[in-house]
Amino acid sequence: MSGFTEIQSRAAPVSSTGAIGWIRQNLVSTPMNTFFTLIGVYLIYKFLPPLLDWAIFSANFAGSDEHACNSGGACWVFVKQRASLFIYGFYPSEQYWRLDAVFVLLAITFVPQFFDAFPYKKWFGIFSITGLPVISYFIISGGILGLEHVETESWGGLSLTLIIAFVGIVAALPFGVLLALGRRSNMPIIRTMCVIFIEVWRGVPLISVLFMASVMLPLFLPEGVTFNKLLRAMIGIVMFQSAYMAEVIRGGLQAIPKGQYEAASALGLSYWRSMTFIILPQALKLVIPGIVNTFIALFKDTTLVLIIGLFDVLGAVQSAIVDPNWPGVATEGYVFAAFCFWIFCFTMSRYSMRLERKLHTGHKR
Amino acid sequence: MSATNAQPSPENNGLAVEIKAMHKWYGQFHVLKDINLEVKQGERIVICGPSGSGKSTMIRCINRLEEHQEGQILVQGIELTDDLKKIDEIRREVGMCFQHFNLFPHLTVLENCTLAPIWVRKMPKAQAEEIAMKYLERVKITDQALKYPGQLSGGQQQRVAIARSLCMNPKIMLFDEPTSALDPEMIKEVLDVMVELANEGMTMLCVTHEMGFAKMVADRVIFMDAGQIVEENEPNEFFNNPQNDRTKLFLSQILDH
Repeated sequence: MSGFTEIQSRAAPVSSTGAIGWIRQNLVSTPMNTFFTLIGVYLIYKFLPPLLDWAIFSANFAGSDEHACNSGGACWVFVKQRASLFIYGFYPSEQYWRLDAVFVLLAITFVPQFFDAFPYKKWFGIFSITGLPVISYFIISGGILGLEHVETESWGGLSLTLIIAFVGIVAALPFGVLLALGRRSNMPIIRTMCVIFIEVWRGVPLISVLFMASVMLPLFLPEGVTFNKLLRAMIGIVMFQSAYMAEVIRGGLQAIPKGQYEAASALGLSYWRSMTFIILPQALKLVIPGIVNTFIALFKDTTLVLIIGLFDVLGAVQSAIVDPNWPGVATEGYVFAAFCFWIFCFTMSRYSMRLERKLHTGHKR
Repeated sequence: MSATNAQPSPENNGLAVEIKAMHKWYGQFHVLKDINLEVKQGERIVICGPSGSGKSTMIRCINRLEEHQEGQILVQGIELTDDLKKIDEIRREVGMCFQHFNLFPHLTVLENCTLAPIWVRKMPKAQAEEIAMKYLERVKITDQALKYPGQLSGGQQQRVAIARSLCMNPKIMLFDEPTSALDPEMIKEVLDVMVELANEGMTMLCVTHEMGFAKMVADRVIFMDAGQIVEENEPNEFFNNPQNDRTKLFLSQILDH
C-alpha cells in the first residue's frame, strides 16, 4: 500500500451548481431540451395573458345584476350573486349557519393534518372520520336539540357534494380493505363472495347504479317502506367505489414480500394482528397514489347524482345559468364549478404526496 | 465441544423437538422423505446440504411455516396439528431468523422488537421496551434502536432480527441460512452473536454453510440430500470421517477452495 495518499473532498465546480448550473442542466442541456424550452415559453406567452385578462384584469367583480358585466371580461358578479345557491343549495337561508358550522368543524379537524408538529394531531384525524360525520349529520339534518329538521331534498350545492364525497371516502376505504383481504383469503366461500361483489360492482356504470338505487329499488321494497333518496345514492356510491378501492389495495397486498407474512407468523402474531400491524400499513403506504386516485375519482363522480334529481354544486350551477336574467354566463358558472372540484382534488393530491414523504422510512424492497 | 457442554436446565430431561417419520410434498413433488430427528434441550444442531435438499423446508415445518402431510412433529411436547391454538403456542416458544432478515421496514428497530411481546405476550409497553433494549444491547445495536431497518447494514439487520426473536423469550431458535445474504465482512458479527447464544445453552437448529461455526458450537451436524437425512454425527467425526459418499463429495466441494 505504499504510495497511496487519500484525496480530500472539495466543493463541486460552480458551473454545476447555482442558477446558471440549473438552467444549463434543466433548460438547455440538449438541442431537444432547448427546443421544448422555447415551445414552452411561446405557449405561456400566447395563452397566459389573454386568460389572465379574461379572468382578472377585465373581469367584473362589482355590481348586482347582469348590467354590471359590460367590460368583456368574466362576469364574476353572477357567481357572487348566486354564491349562496352554489354553496348551500336550497337549504333554508336562516339556517345557513349550521352548514357554516360544519364547514368550520371540517377545517378545524383537517388543517392540523398539514402540520407535523400540531399537538394531538392524531386525535384530530381520528375525530374527523368518526365523530365528525355523526355530529355533522345531526347539525345539518336537525330534529334534535331544538334544531329545525331540514329534509335532505333541500340539501344541495357544494355542501351536498362535500357530504357525499366525505361519506364515500370514509366508508369506501375500510370496505375496500375488507374486500381486498377477503379476495386473498384462504377460505373459498369468503373469497368467492368478495370476487363476485367486486366484479359485479366494478362491471356496471355508476350511472346505472344510481338509477337502480333511485328508480328500481323502490319497486322491490314493500309498499309504504321508503328510504331516503340521498341515503340510497350514498350506499350505491360507497359500494361502487369500495370495489375499486379493493382492487387498488389488493395490488398493495400482493407487493408485500412473503417474508413479511412469515416473520409475523413466526413471532406468533395472529392473522388480524399481522394484517393490522405489519401487512396493511406497508401495503396501504405503497398504494397511496392509487387510493388518492380513487378518492379523486369518487369526488368527481358525485356530480352524477344530478341524474337522480339531487343538486350538487354542478347541478346548482346548471340551474342558475339558464336564468333569463343572466344571459351568457355559462362559462363563468362552469369555470366556478370546475374550480370548486379542482381545489378539493388538488388538496387531496398534495396531502397524499406529503403522506408518502412522511411515511418513507428509507427502505426499498 | 460435545453434547455434555450443554448447560443443564430443569427441562433438560425432555426433548425440545421430536420429528417422527415426517413426509412433505409440494404438490406432487416429494420434498421431505421419512425425516426422523430428536433434538434435546440445549442441543445445537447444524443442518447442511446442497440447495434444494429440503433443509430449509424441514426447519420451517417446526414452526408450521410449512405444513407436513405425514408423520409427527412434537415441539416442547406439543404436537403440531391443524389446531391453531397449538400452532400459536408453539410459535410463542420457537424463534426464527431468516436469510433475508424480514424485519418490518415501517417500524423502528425498537418497535420491531416490542411488537410481538406487546401483542402476543400482552406485556406492558414499558416492560417490553426494557427487555428489547436488553437484547439489543446483547447484539450490540442499542445506538440504532430508533432507526428504521432500511438505515442499517445487512449484518446489523440480522442482529436486530435475532434480538427481535429473543424478545419473545423462545425455548428454541431456528436459523434459516442467517448469513447467506450478507457481505463477507458482516458474517462474523452475526456468527459471534450466534456463538454467544449457543454458549448460553439455547436450543438451536441452524441451516448454514458456515462450517467453522459448525465445528465450533454444534453438538451434531446433519447432512441432507434430496429430502432425506443422509448422515448425522458430532462435528469432529462428521468433518474428518464422513461415512456416506454423498457427504464426502459435498464436503470436498465446500471445503476444498
